[in-house]
Amino acid sequence: MTPPIDARALGKRFRREWGLRDCTVTIPEGAVVGLAGPNAAGKSTLLSLAAGLLAPSEGSIEVLGRNPLREPSVLAEVGYVAQGAPLYRSFTVAETIEFARRTNSCWDEALLADVPTRIAPRTKVGALSAGERARLALALALCKRPRLVLLDEPFAGLDPLAGREFLQLLMDGVAETAATVVIASHVIADIERVCDHIVLLTGGGVRLEGNVEELLESYRILIGPRRPLGSIRGVRSIVRERHSGRQLTLLVRTDGPIVDPSWTVEPVGLEELLLAYMAPERMPESAPPERLPLRWHG
Amino acid sequence: MIEFHLDPRSGVATYLQIVQQVKEALRLGTISVGDQLPTVREVVADLAINPNTVAKAYRDLEREGLVIARQGRGTFVASTLAPAAASLRHYKGLRVELERWLEAAGNVGLDEESIRALISATLRETLARRVA
Repeated sequence: MTPPIDARALGKRFRREWGLRDCTVTIPEGAVVGLAGPNAAGKSTLLSLAAGLLAPSEGSIEVLGRNPLREPSVLAEVGYVAQGAPLYRSFTVAETIEFARRTNSCWDEALLADVPTRIAPRTKVGALSAGERARLALALALCKRPRLVLLDEPFAGLDPLAGREFLQLLMDGVAETAATVVIASHVIADIERVCDHIVLLTGGGVRLEGNVEELLESYRILIGPRRPLGSIRGVRSIVRERHSGRQLTLLVRTDGPIVDPSWTVEPVGLEELLLAYMAPERMPESAPPERLPLRWHG
Repeated sequence: MIEFHLDPRSGVATYLQIVQQVKEALRLGTISVGDQLPTVREVVADLAINPNTVAKAYRDLEREGLVIARQGRGTFVASTLAPAAASLRHYKGLRVELERWLEAAGNVGLDEESIRALISATLRETLARRVA
């Protein structure tokens, strides 16, 4: 089975700066992937490379088993919504839908879902609310019945209700088409609800990647009295340590059960885990971030 | 028909929350053998969650023999977790006792959080003693 996205040592340089560097990642088929990371981490660059809008400076990227630049026909199977859901502002909603219908070879109008009934067809796109425009752009991307959907910061500028409606439309489309989805977002709370796979980019490289459930299963918060840190049984590495007064709080990657009863062991949430990996002290600019070793104890 | 709700702050994986809610409904008898669970698309449309998550929850329930998926028709309850009718008869009495206890707790000034903490700690310790 060909993975929806397969990037090998992928890099993209803009003049002097690398937008993405040495990025090797495989997106599993059928996953809803959260592409997380702070601003300027390389999320948009990776999506643009996958959508065939940019050419790699080094390495390679294959989309659905094909090179998006050399075989642009693959893009008929990719639904891409750029940041801010750009559409022609002077078109009406009906004209926009008609335009998309005529310019796409595959078109399944059923995937517009409730968009035509909720948004008046004669409204000019420029007069739509941010939420309406986002849902219209998404519906148009879904009508292609894509095998891969790429969304760049779709929640920017949406209030919580519009964000929820956007997710409902997206997840209904996924249930119908079984498409793989990649959602770039710097706000983890926006994607936490839906994603079952995470790719965390920092400073242009992959910092953490994996199935959400497996990741959360292998990390724990340990709380205990402050003490010199030796090796802790069951702990593979310490991601973050925090001291407050006499208390010590560790975020650790485990390789077995924590048996020492002096630690209170708690599960970690996705947002907290990703924030810990995003912490700036863990990615000095001199070293390629994704190669940075964690602090190993024991 | 069962309706799912999510607590994003519970720290419990979404698919597990669905599994637990089905089991709870089976235990309380609000759904029983032959009843249909909401379709994946209905749950997705309702909660805005990943369809894979719902499918995973239903697969887990099916593996435990609690539900059965019928191709193209949906997922149906196949077995029950409700205690036998004999113990079901005791539910009402137990509930009345529990209500009395809750009133007593309120009378001595425990707030909801303290009551929850006391109940879950007692439950945990009692069950641990039973296992030991």
